[in-house]
Amino acid sequence: MSKGTLFDKVWDLHTVSKLPSGQTQLFIGLHLIHEVTSPQAFAMLRERGLKVLLPERTIATVDHIVPTENQARPFADTLAEEMMTALERNSQENQITFYNVGSGNQGIVHVIAPEQGLTQPGMTIACGDSHTSTHGAFGAIAFGIGTSQVRDVLASQTLALAKLKVRRVEINGSLRPGVYAKDVILHLIRKLGVKGGVGYAYEYAGTTFEQMSMEERMTVCNMAIEGGARCGYINPDPITFDYLKGRDFAPKGDDWNRALDWWRSLRSDADAEYDDEVVFDAAEIAPTVTWGITPAQGIAVDEAVPVLAELPQEERPIAEEAYRYMDLQPGQPIQGTPVDVCFVGSCTNGRISDLREAAKFAQGRHVAKGVKAFVVPGSERVKQEAEAEGLDQIFLAAGFEWREPGCSMCLAMNPDKLQGRQISASSSNRNFKGRQGSASGRTLLMSPAMVVSAAVSGCVADVRTLI
Amino acid sequence: MNEVQAIAGRAIPLVGNDIDTDRIIPARFLRCVTFDGLGEQVFADDRAQSSSQHPFDQSQYQGSEVLIVNRNFGCGSSREHAPQAIARWGIRALIGESFAEIFFGNCVAMGIPCVTADTDTLKQLQAKVQADPQLPVKINLETMQVDCGGLAAPISISHSARQMFLSGTWDACGQLVANAEAVRATAAALPYMSWGKAG
Repeated sequence: MSKGTLFDKVWDLHTVSKLPSGQTQLFIGLHLIHEVTSPQAFAMLRERGLKVLLPERTIATVDHIVPTENQARPFADTLAEEMMTALERNSQENQITFYNVGSGNQGIVHVIAPEQGLTQPGMTIACGDSHTSTHGAFGAIAFGIGTSQVRDVLASQTLALAKLKVRRVEINGSLRPGVYAKDVILHLIRKLGVKGGVGYAYEYAGTTFEQMSMEERMTVCNMAIEGGARCGYINPDPITFDYLKGRDFAPKGDDWNRALDWWRSLRSDADAEYDDEVVFDAAEIAPTVTWGITPAQGIAVDEAVPVLAELPQEERPIAEEAYRYMDLQPGQPIQGTPVDVCFVGSCTNGRISDLREAAKFAQGRHVAKGVKAFVVPGSERVKQEAEAEGLDQIFLAAGFEWREPGCSMCLAMNPDKLQGRQISASSSNRNFKGRQGSASGRTLLMSPAMVVSAAVSGCVADVRTLI
Repeated sequence: MNEVQAIAGRAIPLVGNDIDTDRIIPARFLRCVTFDGLGEQVFADDRAQSSSQHPFDQSQYQGSEVLIVNRNFGCGSSREHAPQAIARWGIRALIGESFAEIFFGNCVAMGIPCVTADTDTLKQLQAKVQADPQLPVKINLETMQVDCGGLAAPISISHSARQMFLSGTWDACGQLVANAEAVRATAAALPYMSWGKAG
């Protein structure tokens, strides 16, 4: 049993009661909802005659289904329009703040909550979306939940949960040039496996994470779930506090000073006890690319697709399935694999620092012939900021399309989809079969810089050669 | 609420590790405001690519109530549409080597137990059912045992989930709502509740 970690402290402070089953009733400080997983939850409330207990603790936005080109209403997709209308109505009827398209505050739910200062250290956060782990970057404990649990949070502002174990994942050292937060998390998933984190919250610790900006930390925590861990978090520090100061919902005046004291007190104690600890060295991490159909099937860009004999017995069936699906040969270098579509965006890598880094490599270069490349800012604020800095012009000049904010081709619930057997270089988080909208489409996950490197080369290419 | 003590029925073997929720229900089918039609769309793309050889299409497995899977089933997205699609197809219990956490929690909230057994037991179960699809599989949460055609093996599930099924309290909503006063008291003690515009 862990003791004295931030997870333990936040868990205890939010415990409402012990349920007869042995689960904890946990108070949820911030509830985020979107159009995909909430309509059925509101329907369940109506069926049971329940009201939203604390509407001011829920914030709604729309992200998964919004088109990134033509956003005029009604949407061309009538099903998408129906979902949008349902969210508008449910928010209005229940006095829930809704950041709609055009409000200046809309965007991917895991981008807008941090950028507005809604996400704060020591909070419990829930959202009907597995990438809710993102918010752990602030030292919050954030859970992805299903629709029945969205109903529970709306009705009671609590969840029934069993406490997780805590694993300390320590990485020390500076990242080498061309290596990004995305490579760190892909490397970790490769080493710890897609189910290594089941039953755990991950505390990311060590100098590598301490040196990261908040947006880099969000990229890491975002993909905790891809390693099986429902929550990932980083202890709050001056980088966290500097990021929050002055944001819309951040505490102000005397509250700010009280907040700082409280946030500092939540950090894991020096003598905290963990259920497990693992240590890695940042120098081992190279620009990483996935070659298969799970996020753990990743390799350094200068490595080859693994041959069966190199893999543990239990990994072989899914590797064989991946060779077939991806049409990649064991032993084949991943570098040079031709790509059809290049996508920069998503809740993993659609923030301003991601776009700045991508633009740095796009500047003065051009998307290769036959490649479709597009950049989707994570929110309306990110878009505005990028345009103020002229990043949109850099991308457009380099042959990228510049789009409106949304989840876009990460999961393709909108018009952005792969076609047929197309293969994408994608800064998103999942390379599952069919993930990007074509039942036979293929996805190579990588950092935004590596996506640009692929776009200008027409194939998977080591971004370090462009530095 | 219904107590869930034992589930017995014919079973459908679905072989493979790391079967994710995008495969269980592709994202395009999430464009809906009810769960109603999802049963027909379960594993839509996998089925289309297996030319009628997918277990969910094979005639011998129609009407099955127990799903036998392998490791890390239900990984990926939090979409409850995935277990809803499986349940609406007719499944009332799952047995596997391991389950992804959010998928497991969604199933609990729907009254569908996901129990685990060791690798060999699952291989044997899948082989037995493939050899004779009429064999009933019985998952018993009271004795914590699975029985199938002469095979009897121990199963596991978290203590709290087991209690919720046995006592019929797997839908926690009522209990949570009943504690509203304690909820307000916990909230009042949290410093951030009064900070900023959200307070």
